[in-house]
Amino acid sequence: MAYSVFDPSHFLAIAPEIGLTLWALVILAVDMFSARRIPRRTLGILAAAGMAGVLVLSLLIAAPPATVAPQIGGDARSVLGGMIRHDLFAFVFRVIFIVAGILTCLVSIDFRPARAGGEYYALLILATMSMGLMAASNDLIMLYLATEASSFALYLLAGFIRDTPRSAEAGIKYFVFGAVTSTIMLYGLALIFGLSGGQTHYGAVAQALAGADTRMLAVLAVLLIIAGFAFKTSAVPFHFWTPDVYEGAPTPFVGFLSTASKAAGFAILMRFLLYVFEPPFSQASVVWVQLMQPLAILTMFLGNLLAITQSNIKRMLAYSSIAQAGYMLIGVTAFGFAYSRQSSEAAADAVAAVIFYAATYMLTNVAAFAVVSIVSQRVGSEEISAFNGLGRRAPYTALGMTAAMLSLLGAPPLVGFLGKLFLFRAAISDDLVFLVAIGVINVLISVFYYLGIVRAMYVERSANDAQPMIVPAATGWVVLVSSAAILFITVASTQFWSVALDAARALLN
Amino acid sequence: MNFSIPVLTLIMLMPVIGAAVILLTPRERTDIIKTIAAGSFLTSLLLSFFVFVGYDRTVSGFQFTEQTSWIQELGIGYHVAVDGFSAPMLLLTAIVAFCAVLVSWKQDDRPREFFSFLLMLVAGVFGAFMSLDIFLFLIFYELVLFPVYVLIAGWGSKNREYAAMKLTIYLFVGSLVAIIGLLVVYFQAGATFDFVKLQQGVLALSPERFEQIKPWFIAVFIGFGVLASIWPLHNWSPDGYAAAPTAVSMLHGGVLKATGAYAALRFGVQLMPEAAQYYLPVIVFLCLANVIYAGLIAFRQTDLKYIIGFSSVAHLGLVLLGITSLNELGLNGAGLELFAGGVMTGLMFALVGMIYERAHLRDIEELNGMFRIMPLAAVGFVIGSLAAMGMPGLPGFPAEVMIFMGLWRAAETPSLIFAGQLNWWFSWIAIAGVLTVVITAAWTLRVAYKVYFSEPKNLELQKLPGLDALEKFSIVFMCGVLILVGVMPNTVMQVIQVGVQTILASLTRASG
Repeated sequence: MAYSVFDPSHFLAIAPEIGLTLWALVILAVDMFSARRIPRRTLGILAAAGMAGVLVLSLLIAAPPATVAPQIGGDARSVLGGMIRHDLFAFVFRVIFIVAGILTCLVSIDFRPARAGGEYYALLILATMSMGLMAASNDLIMLYLATEASSFALYLLAGFIRDTPRSAEAGIKYFVFGAVTSTIMLYGLALIFGLSGGQTHYGAVAQALAGADTRMLAVLAVLLIIAGFAFKTSAVPFHFWTPDVYEGAPTPFVGFLSTASKAAGFAILMRFLLYVFEPPFSQASVVWVQLMQPLAILTMFLGNLLAITQSNIKRMLAYSSIAQAGYMLIGVTAFGFAYSRQSSEAAADAVAAVIFYAATYMLTNVAAFAVVSIVSQRVGSEEISAFNGLGRRAPYTALGMTAAMLSLLGAPPLVGFLGKLFLFRAAISDDLVFLVAIGVINVLISVFYYLGIVRAMYVERSANDAQPMIVPAATGWVVLVSSAAILFITVASTQFWSVALDAARALLN
Repeated sequence: MNFSIPVLTLIMLMPVIGAAVILLTPRERTDIIKTIAAGSFLTSLLLSFFVFVGYDRTVSGFQFTEQTSWIQELGIGYHVAVDGFSAPMLLLTAIVAFCAVLVSWKQDDRPREFFSFLLMLVAGVFGAFMSLDIFLFLIFYELVLFPVYVLIAGWGSKNREYAAMKLTIYLFVGSLVAIIGLLVVYFQAGATFDFVKLQQGVLALSPERFEQIKPWFIAVFIGFGVLASIWPLHNWSPDGYAAAPTAVSMLHGGVLKATGAYAALRFGVQLMPEAAQYYLPVIVFLCLANVIYAGLIAFRQTDLKYIIGFSSVAHLGLVLLGITSLNELGLNGAGLELFAGGVMTGLMFALVGMIYERAHLRDIEELNGMFRIMPLAAVGFVIGSLAAMGMPGLPGFPAEVMIFMGLWRAAETPSLIFAGQLNWWFSWIAIAGVLTVVITAAWTLRVAYKVYFSEPKNLELQKLPGLDALEKFSIVFMCGVLILVGVMPNTVMQVIQVGVQTILASLTRASG
């Protein structure tokens, strides 16, 4: 028995998910029964308010205890029949997802082409909910179900602009790629299920595999499962869908897809690989520990080099998001190496760096896509040239976009610099100097395209320079709040880092 | 000396407070806005004068220290202090900033925004000179770049957006290169951004580990050197100054460039003295190119602002030459040249601004006989030019003499990069560098004659209004500082010397 005996209090572990599911139903019901009396924007605000309510309530009642009394013969945090692990690691990721969800709802209000109704917001909430389950899943079945649930919601949202073929294409493309990689991953999970003699709980699987996972089949299983994770995080070589889907999907939703979904991918990646193939005890763990470094290098280079050549802002940000995943993989690599040499402090440092980076990247990228969403609608183009003269047309919005670009680039004092510093520091402490050097070279490459946007906003001129661009209230607030949050995290980074570190420690023991 | 009042933080905060108050002032009350700006700079000026005088010359090292931890995990803290080198720099910043507000009194295009950005810029410069935490320094550095961009792009003259972006990209990329170099040091020598601790960390490195960080000195020195307009990366500077409003040209040319030279000295030379001794004898050729090339171009230009812009490139070249000599004389000279040259460049840009504001002309072929309408400006220009060419009695003279003597002495030091040789080429560099005196004399005489003392051909120009009281005051003030330091260089030298001693100590420790 590797998990806690059932107790009704275990439902607290999935309280945020319960709340979100209920709220999604409420949104659907309100939309359905009020016919045309409720305007769409009210629905968006209602969805955001409900998610905010769930967030506050979960922070108050459902936050996992920092320390848990050890339980003989089992993991006290592993609850609900071992399906869920109720720890700070999962909780911090949940907070990231829900915040991304709230901001995305608010930006979606002003995004006309999607004509977002109740089902749009309900799907968004359900996607957020299943990502929470992904981060907490502690069982092969739970992992697969949660991943699929979130993917289905995302497929539908990607194709949500019903009257443009491009959006439909994005939805279909995402679905086909997603279905294939999910099948590949399922095949890997099935192999593990067989090898472990029918176990599904992570701890039980690891025990059953212990010492016996040298077989080629186990290695194959690791590779197949990593393929699934690489799809979620859009890491090379499973990144192909990213630019096409980002280009066609509703812009506010892309902000969500590129941050929350990626973070969820990293959450399951780290938990699964650590719990099932724990280095150095598991022989097959060598595969994933060694594989992460080339993955990180390829992902960074591919993302940054291809981003330079893009003229469409959403495709450029898609490649930028691939590159950002590459930076986070540096942290995962460091985590693997640190754990292999059984330094739990260094491993916690690396995991915390990934969490910190994922959280700050979420705020930054959501803000960037909020600006893209509004500019592309006003100008009627998604080319980078649509940003020409934005510095004169909407000075505050342009300022927010500049901050986002510089933070993604990693310029001090913005939070992107601190995030990269945490990642690089974790890698350096494992002597991954080469990897850090590659990371720095990539930061320099990315100067070209991030500053390209800034240049377009302030130097290039457009025909409508004299005409101010009106930014709708909700989007304006999202840009303002996320920029303020970026600044606040920079100033109070010690506090945020200690939360990330606690979450990382919760994952490790 | 321990002060309970955080003087340094106050110096830096005064402009920030001023900016906040200005943003709360009604848009129409332009006089109040300008008074607040001048008042907060005046307070900073008095406070930095207090620091300058209160700096204990008998005890070397960092004083007026304020230190609190901030992001302990990354070794980042709030650590500000001054030594003999940075205390005069604070004073210089305050002098130029105060005068910059006085000469911008007629700025009536969105004055609220203009002056609050100007105040933020100066707060950043103050912060950069006093921070001993590298991360903090970088924050202030970027805090400066942003207002400079907005001020040039928003209030500049022709070609302003192109010039502002060019300047910003050059300086931003330069800072990135320097950051990468510093990060290597950070990771190799103790994972702290605190300058004092990092310096100890570098000293404690084994020779093999030090070899690894040594080449990164080039990245730090050249990266910050871009801000000091090191040749051939100086191109942003004349374009930027030509487009910038007068106050920004004054601050950028006089003070901000000094920040670049200061950072190259502090975070390059002082942090990695051994690497400096290894590479600087080669980098010296770039600095020589600064002096000669920029001086010659200044002679060929006809646009007044370009002339002064190139002359400021040449003047920073002298400072960098002084630094490359790595001995007491040269470093003392560099410190004095930074101070004197800063005031001088500020004065020159102020004078150009006064002409341009009235005549809307900057071409020396079109200007003539300005002596008759603004005699005091002509006197100021002559004093400034004499200081630039190194006339005895003005601070340029002792500074240049020390720099060239320092270079001459440096020829006797053994070369590290070419083992078994002396750095013999330094004596030739000193000889070539002295040419700058002739070149400066040539362009200043040409400008002084054509603009001020030639026969008035264009009678329209003679109808222009003369200088007002504030402009006269600022000219007299800056000239007064120049003459005072020129006649009694010891007023500033005493303090700079103390700072140079600390740098020398780290140099001898490295070679010993």
